[in-house]
Amino acid sequence: MWRQGASREPDAMPVIEVTELRKSYGGRTVVDGVSFAVEEGEIFGILGPNGAGKTTTVECVEGLRVPDAGRVRVTGLDPVADHARVARVLGAQLQQSELQPKLTVREALELYASFYPSPLDWAPLAERLGLTAKLTTRFGKLSGGQKQRLFIALALIGNPRVVVLDELTTGLDPRARRDTWALIEDVRASGVTVLLVTHFMEEAQRLCDRIAVIDKGRVAALDTPAGLIRRSAGATVISFTPSAPLDDRDLAVLPALASVEHKDGRITLSGTDETVNAVITLLARHRITAHQLRVVDATLDDAFLDLTKADTKEEAA
Amino acid sequence: MSTAVLKTEVRLFRREPGAIFWILLFPTLLLVILGSIPSFRDHQADLGGLRTIDVYVPVAVLLGMIVGGLQAMPQTLTGYRERGILRRMATTPVRPSALLSAQMAVYGGAALVSALLALAVGRLGFGVRLPQQPLGYVLALLLAVLAALALGSVVAALSRTTKIAGAIGSAVFFPSMFCAGVWAPVQSMPHLLARIVGCTPFGAAAQALNQAAAGHWPGWSHLGVLVVWILLLTGAASRWFRWE
Ligand SMILES: Nc1ncnc2c1ncn2[C@@H]1O[C@H](COP(=O)(O)OP(=O)(O)OP(=O)(O)O)[C@@H](O)[C@H]1O
Ligand SMILES: [Mg+2]
Repeated sequence: MWRQGASREPDAMPVIEVTELRKSYGGRTVVDGVSFAVEEGEIFGILGPNGAGKTTTVECVEGLRVPDAGRVRVTGLDPVADHARVARVLGAQLQQSELQPKLTVREALELYASFYPSPLDWAPLAERLGLTAKLTTRFGKLSGGQKQRLFIALALIGNPRVVVLDELTTGLDPRARRDTWALIEDVRASGVTVLLVTHFMEEAQRLCDRIAVIDKGRVAALDTPAGLIRRSAGATVISFTPSAPLDDRDLAVLPALASVEHKDGRITLSGTDETVNAVITLLARHRITAHQLRVVDATLDDAFLDLTKADTKEEAA
Repeated sequence: MSTAVLKTEVRLFRREPGAIFWILLFPTLLLVILGSIPSFRDHQADLGGLRTIDVYVPVAVLLGMIVGGLQAMPQTLTGYRERGILRRMATTPVRPSALLSAQMAVYGGAALVSALLALAVGRLGFGVRLPQQPLGYVLALLLAVLAALALGSVVAALSRTTKIAGAIGSAVFFPSMFCAGVWAPVQSMPHLLARIVGCTPFGAAAQALNQAAAGHWPGWSHLGVLVVWILLLTGAASRWFRWE
């Protein structure tokens, strides 16, 4: 169902390029020097706490907001100065928007398809997003999740080269969420570049090739999902109930240890693979048995919380 | 201007029974009610020998565009802005201005249909003569529609929310209806009042329409007043209008 653009020359230039982007509202800086580049055919994720500046950043990419400083390029074009040309190749799903309340789903799809030079067929797209039964329903009568699906369809209807999705699956039920992920993977497989803002770690881990974690308007980390997990302190969690008490001093000198916790006779350590080996050696040396030993890899969730930790502390203070 | 957007807005307008009634039917209905009062069909010396029903046809003609331009259009446009509909459109190759011009075309067209209906019913139902100076009448009518749309755009530009648009719209609506002659046709206003009212867009429009109806070319002073208003209001609207 995805038609390839007529002439997609393979070039080395990134499809989206954001350099030292800055934006403030009434003197308050909300995006403070954000830089990243998204390559052709990549799914690039943006994670970050509420108010971090994610929407502001992607709306600068869409040409909806004018940066105060820095450079934004989409397929080499300035989304503000060259809006008409960028809009033809970029599909957007905004975090918040509506349509005319009395417009039906079918009319919306047909209308938005008419805006683009070589749009997709709306019928199969509606089918994949589970909208076929709702084609004659007016926008105002759709449920929140159905509205969201319609906006995903509208982002893709123009057969774009670049899609920007701000909170792709917010409000979708678990099945629709999985279906949408599969859809986005198909879209990418056809060569489309995807910029995705999300709060769902599972979504980021499944879809994204690389992720930028934005915190307080700055890029706190930029890596693959696995890289982010590896980089965060306490990437591996070891927990066990020792058959005899362990000396805290022995634990404290374990290599790459990030934290120790005692609870109801159970010890929980976080660190790296190195820590795991050292714990096992330590236990063997003291002839202590580790009951219910569990070694769990940290998730992207843990990595995210770790990377944006300072934020919560400051807010609490 | 995008024809797809225009078609959509026409379709959406047809789904608004309230707007259809007040813009298209109400002015003519008012005419029918007034026309059914026997004394309104008598020739009046103080109206220059015309009947009350004769002078109310131009009023009915103006009424549709006042309701559409000042009440309906600003509320719709402000709602589009408030709900982010204009923003969503701004991410497409069609700029949000396509929605603005489509809205103007819809309400301008509706005002013209409403005017034709009032003229036809006046002619067929009550024997009101069709405008004797058709070209001058059409010119005055088009200028009046433009003035109504420009005034409505200023209301939409100044209103942050639909509620405010409703309030400002009403504040301009009643004086406009008064100037158009809904309560007392311009012909029966005291001379000084008629002069003052003649400086307002709808007062000038009413007098121009009356002249053309009677077979004279509408006074350049009235047409000039309309043109000045159109230019001023359009300038103000484009300066203050916000897309989000
Ligand atoms: N139009 C605006 N005027 C003033 N302040 C704004 C505006 N838009 C956003 N902000 C502020 O900028 C900051 C960043 O907002 P932004 O919407 O980019 O956050 P976000 O990372 O997308 O958050 P969320 O996860 O809640 O969607 C917030 O503190 C917000 O209050
Ligand atoms: Mg956001």
